[in-house]
Amino acid sequence: MSKALLYDATLCIDCKQCEAACAEQNKLPYDDTIAKEEKQSEHKFTAVLSHGDKYMRRLCMNCQDPACVSVCPVAALRKTSAGPVIYEASRCMGCRYCMAACPFGVPKYEWGSLNPKVRKCTMCPERVLAGRQTACAENCPTGATKFGERDDLISEARKRIQDNPSNYIPHIYGVEEVGGTSVLLLSSVPFEQFGYRTDFPSDALPLRTYRVLSRIPDFIPLGFVMLGGVWWITHRREAVAAAEGKAAVDSSKEQNQ
Amino acid sequence: MKMKFTFWKAVFLLVVAAGAYGTYVRFFHGLGASTNLSDQFPWGIWIGFDVLCGVMLAAGGFTLTAAVHILNIQRLKPIVRPTILTAFLGYVLVSVALLFDLGRPYNIWHPLIMRNPHSVMFEVAYCVMLYTTVLALEFSPIVLERFNLQKPLKVVKAVLIPLVLLGVILSTLHQSSLGTLYLIMPTKLHPFWYTPLLPVFFFLSAIAVGLAMTIFESSMSSKHFGRELELPILQELGRVLLVVLTVYGILRLEDLGHRGVLGQIFISSYEQRLFLLEIALALVLPLILLSLPKVRQTPGGLYLAAVSVVLGFITNRLNVSITGMETAAGLHYIPKWTEIAITGAIIAVGFALFAAAVKYLPIFPEHKPITASEEPVLVKAPVLSHAGD
Repeated sequence: MSKALLYDATLCIDCKQCEAACAEQNKLPYDDTIAKEEKQSEHKFTAVLSHGDKYMRRLCMNCQDPACVSVCPVAALRKTSAGPVIYEASRCMGCRYCMAACPFGVPKYEWGSLNPKVRKCTMCPERVLAGRQTACAENCPTGATKFGERDDLISEARKRIQDNPSNYIPHIYGVEEVGGTSVLLLSSVPFEQFGYRTDFPSDALPLRTYRVLSRIPDFIPLGFVMLGGVWWITHRREAVAAAEGKAAVDSSKEQNQ
Repeated sequence: MKMKFTFWKAVFLLVVAAGAYGTYVRFFHGLGASTNLSDQFPWGIWIGFDVLCGVMLAAGGFTLTAAVHILNIQRLKPIVRPTILTAFLGYVLVSVALLFDLGRPYNIWHPLIMRNPHSVMFEVAYCVMLYTTVLALEFSPIVLERFNLQKPLKVVKAVLIPLVLLGVILSTLHQSSLGTLYLIMPTKLHPFWYTPLLPVFFFLSAIAVGLAMTIFESSMSSKHFGRELELPILQELGRVLLVVLTVYGILRLEDLGHRGVLGQIFISSYEQRLFLLEIALALVLPLILLSLPKVRQTPGGLYLAAVSVVLGFITNRLNVSITGMETAAGLHYIPKWTEIAITGAIIAVGFALFAAAVKYLPIFPEHKPITASEEPVLVKAPVLSHAGD
């Protein structure tokens, strides 16, 4: 069973305790200036966005079948069975394919560094593996961010919409998007207002590359046999022509032309 | 030693000097200082041009070796060596460009021991690594002949056919895989270019560009190395190019229609203009030129068609990797001068190495010594910088 976060924007009061807790957990700087930055960056893994009196969190969605994990050539990014998508900097060679592939544009880069790392929310793996909540969920004073089993949280989100249909748009973001994510969102206003795209396919993106890659093991021997066969035929033809004498060579040349 | 100072030599030195300074900025101040890349736009021209176009432009290597050694078309043999040289230099330079782009270039060897077979990049890394080795071996007879090393020459010649087979298979895999790289980005790449057929299109266009580059190169060498033009050979390549382009064109049209994007061709947009430019250069103009026998049989007509194909597919690769991504990223990416300077310097060094190889190694069948006035780098340099536009 994998863990997940449920963020209910209607309960959020924009206190930014999640931001502060996240910064502390990940040893990132945090002050009033950073608090005002309404976007994720190399030094801010989660941000509370505001739109009038409506709020929305942005953080790594920790997808169920993450594009970043599938594309990483050195397996620096991994999806743990507990839910978190973690990053092992020592493996990374800095190709930034994870950044190019992530449909949510989450992974950020230390562009100013000579030994740059990919930076993103990793869903507090040490805490989650130790059976604790993520820092953001633990420090949320209103319960807007809730930590738990993904299936339980989905049922709870459904129930909240059912009990209070006028309070929510009838969509739990993250149940189906790109095959599902470990961060689930509820909102009273359309998700697009906060930059969450709702035109994503419901199949996991890695399937699209895997469909092609999985054919390679068959292709290699087949290619050898086919190309080798063509080589044998063309050279055999030459040998036969040579054996049959010069006249045959000439005629086969004419044919070729 | 006599050093003639000419205009193009000055340009060459200037480009290399700019590249050297760019290299300093890149490795002492980082990617942020040397590129206009950002979190929203993590891949720029070092990937889109240097790697994607570089690998594509070097596709003549596998196309020609397959034609000569596997299909046994011996008439094409005289142009195999310059094509292998180009391919080998191309792949070496692509690897160099990659060292600039990787955030941690000293970890470039990591895929050797840290594997993720689900990653297209992992597969490309292995194929490119192995194929560069294959090209080095395919190129080695030229060097071994030059120094008259008979024993190793015998060894290489004995394994040549398996090597060629391996080279063709590796090329098929990674040329197409460069397209597969983008299959994971259906939400980012514009529908003109995002299609499940990307790997097929990348592979077919690599063959087309391989042929076009061979025509282009032979024409250039005949002009600047004082060699005879192998016109009948080029005419034959032109015919094959016509066939490949026709197949590609039909598939491309079919695909656009099937995905219901054809209508968008008539709606004015940033992507539409770039798409039309690509199609005009890569397909329309060369198809017209090559289907007219009178044009196809002249050196000038062939040359023009080849240049058009090369420029057209460079546009295609840039559209897939850069311009087709801009709308989703919500910004326009314009490379920083350092990005351009380094790319320019890599190309210039490539030309210099090509010229040096032609001068000192038996690349062309009748190896004629060249005179100072035919200094190859200098004459050829402007053509390539133009191709990079």
